[in-house]
This record gives sequence, structure tokens and C-alpha cells, in this order.
Amino acid sequence: MTYDKRFDGRKIDELRPMSAKVGIIPRADGSAMFQIGKTVALCAVYGPRDLHPKFMQNPETGILRVNYNMMPFSGHGERVRPGGGRRSKEISMVMENALLPVLDLKEYPNAVVDIFVELPQTDAGTRCAAITAAAMALADAGLEMKDMVCAVAAGRVEDKIVVDLNYLEDSHEDGADVPVAVLPNSGKITLLQMDGEVTKEQMNEIIEKAKEACKKIYEVQKAALKEKFAKR
Amino acid sequence: MYAEQKTHLLKALAKNVRYDGRKPLEYREITVEYGISGSAEGSARVKLGGTEVIAGVKMEISKPYPDSPDKGNMMVNAELLPLSNPEFESGPPGEQATELARVVDRAIRESKCIDVHKLVITLGEKVWGINIDICTINDEGNLLDASSLAVLAALKNARLPKLNENSEIQYDVPLTDQKLPLSREPVEVTVIKVGDHFFVDPLSEEEKLIEARLTVAITEKGTICAMQKGGAEPLSSEDIDKMIEIAQKLAPTLRKAL
Repeated sequence: MTYDKRFDGRKIDELRPMSAKVGIIPRADGSAMFQIGKTVALCAVYGPRDLHPKFMQNPETGILRVNYNMMPFSGHGERVRPGGGRRSKEISMVMENALLPVLDLKEYPNAVVDIFVELPQTDAGTRCAAITAAAMALADAGLEMKDMVCAVAAGRVEDKIVVDLNYLEDSHEDGADVPVAVLPNSGKITLLQMDGEVTKEQMNEIIEKAKEACKKIYEVQKAALKEKFAKR
Repeated sequence: MYAEQKTHLLKALAKNVRYDGRKPLEYREITVEYGISGSAEGSARVKLGGTEVIAGVKMEISKPYPDSPDKGNMMVNAELLPLSNPEFESGPPGEQATELARVVDRAIRESKCIDVHKLVITLGEKVWGINIDICTINDEGNLLDASSLAVLAALKNARLPKLNENSEIQYDVPLTDQKLPLSREPVEVTVIKVGDHFFVDPLSEEEKLIEARLTVAITEKGTICAMQKGGAEPLSSEDIDKMIEIAQKLAPTLRKAL
């Protein structure tokens, strides 16, 4: 089978339209919105703040805690029961690993930085949108960061390597989905998951395409942060 | 600290002003946006000053309750998201979220806002179920009134999904243009009592000082369709009369924002 035309008409390396804004939740210490196509991620950062229960505290360093959640009406199809399940637990965990490498929380012993991500509407690529929003929210919170974090899914649909898969592509029978988070300045990868089937060569191409796409996401993140902070 | 803040608030209220310069019976700016979630069958965002709440409607096909085979189902749920307030925690809904959901639910249910008889697909077997979820985005006070308005707005925004020949929802095609059978417009006004003073639309700082509150759901006819008293202090009959009068006077302000 050949995938000659993407379901939504995009070029194979074309991202969906993006928009981003920081400071959207005034109560939070840092916050951001990132939209890519119909997927929207809202993120709030609280902290560093006291960590309770106390036994979770680490006297050596502050810790990062991520909570990823889809709003009950945000899924494709039926209502998602609130409270989260195995899926959101795993995504929260891999998000922590994706974001932690750019932070240094040693200055905040016993403290926690909480990241809350909520998705009001989704069309695949939610964990990547969540990471992209969270990185902006961390910057908005004024936390020292060694690099930015940008994320996108790339993958295979039939015979083509494509970036930023939408729901139709993501759920396509013959393909693979590879969410990748990239530190744009060092080029290092902090999130890598995969489902589907590909050859090793295809996988290399997928990762390279994802890295290229992340450069465009990085520009959107920088522009959003500049919009808030350059005015000052 | 509360004692000092309370003295300060009482002094200000005696002069007919609030922390943010508003009059006691004045709402902050109210904005309503419709269709903010493309994944929901209906949705709306309400901003009450800095407070932001979104509500989404998800339709499902469900079985009617045995004692009401000729009625559709409706449920309101609220998530006080930890993203919206540093004091909110992750986990199952606590007291505040449960009260909020139930008080908003009562206004919709008891006003017969939704004509549930029109939600029947096959009598006694298949009916529409309307799931309404409230999600708080930024809590700067008065989530209750904001949520009540957001739920009504999301219901007005909702369109029924398409059914296939087995009366199952088809998710991969656009929604129909059929609206929900709505006939009433209940909105909730929460009136606060501190000392001898009454005010509405509290900020988070003011909410901490509340002695008593009364949430009154008012229909478009001015009748009352649900109430909830909160706070630790009792209310007199005169207080209640006064608070209902305030709610009746202010309900049109909220409804006008729809």
C-alpha cells in the first residue's frame, strides 16, 4: 500500500497548525497553552513548594511530579471517566523523565515542582503537546533550565514516514507511532516510545524527522515566551 | 490573620466597597465562549473576572432507570483541577467538588431545563444520557456561579451526534444540527453574608471569610428552583428573604452574558 496523500492533505513532514501562549493561568507559578491541530494542552506549574506527605521528601534535591489528565469530554468517542487510569499514570511518568533532564532541583531540597497538564480537546499527539506546553510553563515559572524540551510524534503510515500524526493516522492499521521529546540545543532525546512495526532504517528516519519537526516547535515556544517577557 | 482580614473587609463593606473596588452587589466582568472543545458534543468557557471554568457535554446511549422508562438521563460532575488552585489536590472529588456538582445539577434538574421526555429513543430501553463535566481552569473565587453558567451555556451549545441503524453513536461523522430540548434557563447566584453585610461574586480572599452563604437558582421567570445554604453561621428568615431578593435581582445579569 502507498500512502500518497495524507488524510488531512498535509505534506509528509508538515506539522499541523500550532499556537502557544504562556501565563494563561494566573493562579499558577507558571502556565502555558499549546495547540497543535485539534489537540490542546493546558499546563500549570506550582512550586518549588513544600512536599507532603513528608516521607516523600528528598533532603538531597527537590523532586518533579507530573500529572497528565484528559478532561472527561476530551476524548475521541465516549466520555473518559475522570480519575485517570493506567494510561495517564504511565504518561505522567514518562513526562517526568522527559522534563527532568533540563532542570536542576538540587537547590530546593525537600520541595516539589508540580506540573499539571489538562487536555480539553484531543486529536492524537497528546503526550507530546503536554511536554511542549509543560516546558513553556516551567520557563514561565522562572525555573532555571539547561535547555528547552520540544516533543512531537513521528511515525509510519503504510510506506511513508510522516510527522505529527493525527488520530486517523495514529489509529491506522498499517503503521507505527513514535512520540519523541528532544532538547533542541543539545539534540538529546528524553522521551522515546513506540508502537506499531518498522525496520531499523525506518526508525532512524523517524527519529531524524521528529528532530527536524521539533525545531519548528521550538520556534513556536520561543515566540510565545518572548510575547510575554519581551514586553517587560 | 483571618481576624484582621475580616475587620478590614467589614470596614470596607460598611463603606459599600470591596477589595477590588466593586460594589457589594456587583459581579466581575462575565464572558461566555461557546464550542471551546471540539471533542465534546457541547462546551463553553465562562470567565468571571479572573475565574475561569469550562464545561463539556458528552452524550451517550443509556438504559433508562426502571422507575422512569420514559425519561432520559442527566448527570453533572465537577473536577476541581489542581491546575486551577494551589490548594486543590489530585484525586477523587472531595466535599467542595461534590457539593458544587450537586448544586449545579439541582438547578438544571429541578427547573426541568432539559425536557427529559424528549430524550427517549426506544421507550424503556434506550434513552440519551447527558454527561456534563465541569473543569476549573483558574480559581479566583465563586466557582459555583461560574460553573452553573458554564453548564447552561454548554447545554445550549450541544448538538446530538448521529446514530446508526442500531441506535449507536457514530463518532467518525460530524454532529447533527439537532439541539438538546431545553426550555428553561436557570442560573445560580450565591449571596454571601459576613457580619450584617451581604455581597455577591466573592474573590478567593473573601471566600475564606464567609460566615454564611446562600446559593439560589433562579429561573427566567424569577422563580426559585434550587437552594443551598453553606457556611458555619446560621441565617434568620429576614436574611434569607433579603438574600433571595438579591439573587432574583442579579440573575438577569448572568443570563444576559449567555
